[in-house]
Amino acid sequence: MMASSYSAKDEDGHITVSGPGGGTLRNKKPENTAFKQQRLPAWQPILTAGTVLPAFFIIGLIFIPIGIGLYVTSNNIKEFEIDYTGDDTSSPCYNCAKNFSWNNTKSCTCTIPFQLDQPYESNVFMYYGLSNFYQNHRRYVKSRDDSQLNGNIDSLKVGASSPMASRKKKKPSKECEPYASIDNKPIAPCGAIANSMFNDTLKLFYNDPNGTSVPIPLTSTGIAWWTDKHVKFRNPVGTNSNLTAVFQGTVKPVNWHRPVYELDTDPENNGFINEDFIVWMRTAALPTFRKLYRIIQKKNNMAPTLPRGNYTLVVDYNYPVRSFEGRKRMILSTISWMGGKNPFLGIAYITVGSVCFFLGVVLLVIHHKYGNRNNSANISN
Amino acid sequence: AARRCVGEEIWVDSRTVYIGHKEPPPGAEAYIPQRYPDNRIVSSKYTFWNFIPKNLFEQFRRIANFYFLVIFLVQLIIDTPTSPVTSGLPLFFVITVTAIKQGYEDWLRHKADCSINECPVDVVQQGKVVRTQSHKLRVGDIVVVKEDETFPCDLILLSSSRSDGTCYVTTTSLDGESSHKTYYAIPDTMAFRTEQEVDSLHATIECEQPQPDLYKFVGRINIYKDKEEPVARPLGAENLLLRGATLKNTQHIYAVAVYTGMETKMALNYQSKSQKRSAVEKSMNAFLIVYLCILISKAVINTVLKYAWQWSPDRDEPWYNHRTEHERQRHVVIRAFTDFLAFMVLFNYIIPVSMYVTVEMQKFLGSYFISWDEEMFDEELGEGAQVNTSDLNEELGQVEYVFTDKTGTLTENNMEFIECCVDGNVYIPHSSGTRKSDEHCTYGSGNKDYCAFCLSLQEYEDLFFRALCLCHTVQVKEEETVDGIKRGIHQGRPTSFYISSSPDEVALVEGMKRLGYTYLRLKDNYMEILNKDDEIERFELLHVLNFDSVRRRMSVIVKSSSGDYLLFCKGADSSIFPRVVSGKVEQVKARVEQNAVEGLRTLCVAYRRLSQSEYQEACHHLMEAKLALQDREQRLAQAYDIIERDFVLLGATAVEDRLQEKAADTIESLHKAGMKVWVLTGDKMETAAATCYASKLFRRTTQILELTKKRTEEQSLHDVLFELNRTVLRHRSFNCLDFGLIIDGATLSAVLKPNQEGAGHGNYREIFLEICRNCSAVLCCRMAPLQKAQIVKLIKASKEHPITLAIGDGANDVSMILEAHVGIGIMGKEGRQAARNSDYAIPKFKHLKKMLLVHGHYYYIRIAELVQYFFYKNVCFIFPQFLYQFFCGFSQQPLYDTAYLTLYNISFTSLPILLYSLVEQHVSMDTLKREPSLYRDIAKNSLLRWPVFLYWTCLGVFDAVVFFFGAYFLFDNTTFTSNGQMFGNWTFGTLIFTVLVFTVTLKLALDTHHWTWINHFVIWGSLLFYVIFSLLWGGIIWPFLNYQRMYYVFMQMLSSGPAWLSIILLITVSLLPDVIKKVLCRAMCPTATERAQVQCWHHLHMKLEV
Repeated sequence: MMASSYSAKDEDGHITVSGPGGGTLRNKKPENTAFKQQRLPAWQPILTAGTVLPAFFIIGLIFIPIGIGLYVTSNNIKEFEIDYTGDDTSSPCYNCAKNFSWNNTKSCTCTIPFQLDQPYESNVFMYYGLSNFYQNHRRYVKSRDDSQLNGNIDSLKVGASSPMASRKKKKPSKECEPYASIDNKPIAPCGAIANSMFNDTLKLFYNDPNGTSVPIPLTSTGIAWWTDKHVKFRNPVGTNSNLTAVFQGTVKPVNWHRPVYELDTDPENNGFINEDFIVWMRTAALPTFRKLYRIIQKKNNMAPTLPRGNYTLVVDYNYPVRSFEGRKRMILSTISWMGGKNPFLGIAYITVGSVCFFLGVVLLVIHHKYGNRNNSANISN
Repeated sequence: AARRCVGEEIWVDSRTVYIGHKEPPPGAEAYIPQRYPDNRIVSSKYTFWNFIPKNLFEQFRRIANFYFLVIFLVQLIIDTPTSPVTSGLPLFFVITVTAIKQGYEDWLRHKADCSINECPVDVVQQGKVVRTQSHKLRVGDIVVVKEDETFPCDLILLSSSRSDGTCYVTTTSLDGESSHKTYYAIPDTMAFRTEQEVDSLHATIECEQPQPDLYKFVGRINIYKDKEEPVARPLGAENLLLRGATLKNTQHIYAVAVYTGMETKMALNYQSKSQKRSAVEKSMNAFLIVYLCILISKAVINTVLKYAWQWSPDRDEPWYNHRTEHERQRHVVIRAFTDFLAFMVLFNYIIPVSMYVTVEMQKFLGSYFISWDEEMFDEELGEGAQVNTSDLNEELGQVEYVFTDKTGTLTENNMEFIECCVDGNVYIPHSSGTRKSDEHCTYGSGNKDYCAFCLSLQEYEDLFFRALCLCHTVQVKEEETVDGIKRGIHQGRPTSFYISSSPDEVALVEGMKRLGYTYLRLKDNYMEILNKDDEIERFELLHVLNFDSVRRRMSVIVKSSSGDYLLFCKGADSSIFPRVVSGKVEQVKARVEQNAVEGLRTLCVAYRRLSQSEYQEACHHLMEAKLALQDREQRLAQAYDIIERDFVLLGATAVEDRLQEKAADTIESLHKAGMKVWVLTGDKMETAAATCYASKLFRRTTQILELTKKRTEEQSLHDVLFELNRTVLRHRSFNCLDFGLIIDGATLSAVLKPNQEGAGHGNYREIFLEICRNCSAVLCCRMAPLQKAQIVKLIKASKEHPITLAIGDGANDVSMILEAHVGIGIMGKEGRQAARNSDYAIPKFKHLKKMLLVHGHYYYIRIAELVQYFFYKNVCFIFPQFLYQFFCGFSQQPLYDTAYLTLYNISFTSLPILLYSLVEQHVSMDTLKREPSLYRDIAKNSLLRWPVFLYWTCLGVFDAVVFFFGAYFLFDNTTFTSNGQMFGNWTFGTLIFTVLVFTVTLKLALDTHHWTWINHFVIWGSLLFYVIFSLLWGGIIWPFLNYQRMYYVFMQMLSSGPAWLSIILLITVSLLPDVIKKVLCRAMCPTATERAQVQCWHHLHMKLEV
């Protein structure tokens, strides 16, 4: 790839010199080692048009096919997105959004019909997407207590009345403030992230051409990182194996409808190891983000997971986004080896590959025009 | 009362030492025991107790450390985005490493101090020799020192085991001069032989308070004898034995301590010199200020935008993200200020704490290559190059003006007597000459008509040869033979030789020996000469009027066996001729000038016969001056001036000083490298000019411009200057001639004198500089030491502010060595003062070539890349964080994890650049030596100029934009995994960080032209380390962390295909512009260096093919 040449410089042995003075001569002669004499053998590449040329062509030749491959893969991925924020009067969720109040105990339900033009063959992944939601705000990101989530029972203890004692005891971390405790009772799980957990319930129904509405089975496990579910998040293990008892003395986050031990009926998906919760707790990098909600498993090899046709999305509208001009979406997507739909990566590869190729051509011209002159040129002028 | 000496009345700054702690007899001054420090030497800076506070204080006085301390404190106090650990840990690391280094050095000093302070010393107490420890010595103690022992403090010699009251001393450890110097005992006490006798001495010594000058001492001893008036004797530097010097050739001496401990001259000389700062350091500081401005403006922009953005309360505090009550109650101004500080903290890495450490390490370690260089090792001296400061390594690559001394620097300072001219007759000793035969002295065809009133030729001859045999300060060194028997000069010549601080004198005395007059020795104040007829003549040496560079002559007053008082004087022609009243001045002058043109060093010899009364008068003058405690120098000069006059000219001598090996080649290379070489010498113009021609400083084609006293006597200085300027300007347009300028000291001081005639005539300084700028070589002759420094200063202060280098070997060069940006000392024959005061010391002038062209060049490109790269990598590092603020509501959310923030500069990217800056060789050493013109490529700080800096910064910003927006678009709203799971913000940051670490490391790899195994090891090693660290850091739930945000983030990222593809793509895109720029620049307008690289490469390829 690059011009290279090995200039191994000869390494003489150590030369000892005894001057005419013999003993009087201070033997300060530096050692004749390659390192000390700065004569280590070295590869001395130089970047010239001639040497970089092949590299550019090679990059071009590798990148363009990769890019095309990525682009095609990305295009084969089916993705459907529906916005159900409901700030539009025509939107089915308009009423729910408008009448939202934190005091509503009964959730508002809205149904959104939609149509899939193509059948979705493999596993379909159902996401919810939020916009203009700053999950990456510093105050928000740090507002959690990983020790509590890891099942540390001390982080659930009631803070003692005296401030000295309370400092000693591991209460919910002060990072959770102002979502750490209510009336001196620790919140479980504490912090702003947990408190604002996405709590819309999304259900999918397939409207059979014959008129019946078939609910589509949604798998709620396997949506969180395996390591998160099994290592990072753990339910506190108290004297009692009953979660309700373990969380005794704690209060639920202010905005939650149910306490943490009632998130799911399945004990493997309840409490801190509830996967919806874990997914939410992984804060997104950008204010517009999507999070995996459910997986629609492929049933058998014959039928597509989601056949072409009409569907209904039923939303329990609990999550207010209008106050900060946010938006809510539901996304259905298939997945390939390279993840979801992402034309940018393929396009970027093709572009960079082409640019490299083009530059290779330019360099070729330059190399022919200047290269010879260069080599014959004398340094001294 | 004691007899007072002249000028003593107002002398308050003196001390009185009571020898043996005995009170003076009643009637003398009251005995006030003065308090002096004990003889403890404390070279250590710290004690066990004050080490931590004092060292910390010292370290935080440095502005950079202080800045990081402030950042750290801000992090501790306010709620900042990054934990205090991120800046605390590197700072702690830096401070600790420095403290350990300094502590270790101090411990070594403590140990050394201890061994010195506890070494045994013999003291005379109550007539007995008592052994005690060195640090218990007090001022006034009488000390016994045996042969080869080192003096424990500054002592006044009372008596010596030698009958003539002298002792020999070497001062190797003080100033490096290995010659034996003679010191004299006080005449009144030199007869003391036993402890009892010494102890019976009742005397006080008055002397000045300690001062650091090793060669100056004034004092007076008052000796009290029973009931008599005390006898006062002058004390000078010749009586003072300095601590650190070693007694030689003398069995033992008795001496009294006058300065002890930290007041000894050696201790006073510990003080370090003033700091020189390199041009690179100045650029670095300028860049730092730019970055500080960028940092502050970034913080300000973000703070302002933050408050603009969160104007609406739903953005400020959406329902999901409330502030705490405590925070809400804070005043908005305080909040804004806190936010500003938080942004400062977030972006503070743009000024990296590790840069200072790396630069310092680079300089410190890099400087070893100079002392390790065996090409700069001189077999004869047994010494290689020495680095006294590593701060200026890169300045060696920036030199524009070289100021060199002539004698001992360009020339060998190995003098050989060539001829002498007595009264117009020339004598040339033959090398194989024996003493007796006359035929070896060729009588020149001088004019032989002697005037009747003058002395006969024979008389002249006698006087001339005797003058040269007597008028010197040469010692005869008696070398011990194998049997251990000391043999004098008369017994066998090979066993003895002459030693003197001036090689000219040795050459003259040896020349005289070849002409038949052998100086044997100085014994009991009698100088013995073996004359042509093998008879020993004895002259009583009465006074020596020592040589100094202002008078430029020396004299002796002797009493011949016939009782005549004779004053012999030898000196530079300019200082002798005005004082001559008779003699063949014209003929001698003609011969002197002819010799000077041939490049020989000439001295004139004159004498004066003194009558008894004249001698008494001279004695009186001298004694008065010598006894003065104040202005002794000045008084002595006056006395000398009175005595040294009315000379009869005897003749002149010529001594050749051969050019140093390869001096011409070196000068030629320096010229080719674009440096202007100035020779500054005290020599005569003709001599110096001849040397300049020989050393190719002037070529045959060089047009010589003269700006000398001779010319300015004919025309006014004004006219001469303007005429020269016109000449230079006229020819510059043709660009075919190169000019050489010769200027002498007198004219120079006229030029430099501030113009009093008003602005009408302009400033001579400017015109002079203008002329100099157009001359490739300048010779300044007849320079006083201080004038040398003035010249350097003048050039330094001229409007281009060129980098100057001064090189010299003698004490007279010290001022210019200290003045120039880089001072180089030659370990010469005229002692070690120049080498001690220099920044670098080399054995020979020829080593300057490698020093500048190879080492200087390397150091410069290395440090330039180091500085630029450091800024670049931190722009790459921090700018994405800045961009991220726009996407996280200006909330100071860091993009990277704390561990990455902390370790980026101290471990992931530190070693490759450090090792690069130690071993990089963009062109091979041989090429650099072969093509001195490559030096021009880096002249004027070319790699650290603003455009280059701007390029690097832009490259950094571009890369940062690629990292951030690349990741942004790739990450935006899509799934990266094949199982549909999503990544969070830490993965986003880790992806960017991975791209960042790889890009900056590979960028350095692209810049590396010299891939040794070390480079391979550190570059690939740090990348590997990054990966391994990340795997480890994310692989465990770390119990001591209160967050686990990095848990499995890196592994998850690696398990995703698109992440890999993105990383590869982003690295490629980031590196592309730099590669293209490099290739295009090389193809379109290659620099000489780049052409040399290509040539070298082709050369090697051809060799490989064959």
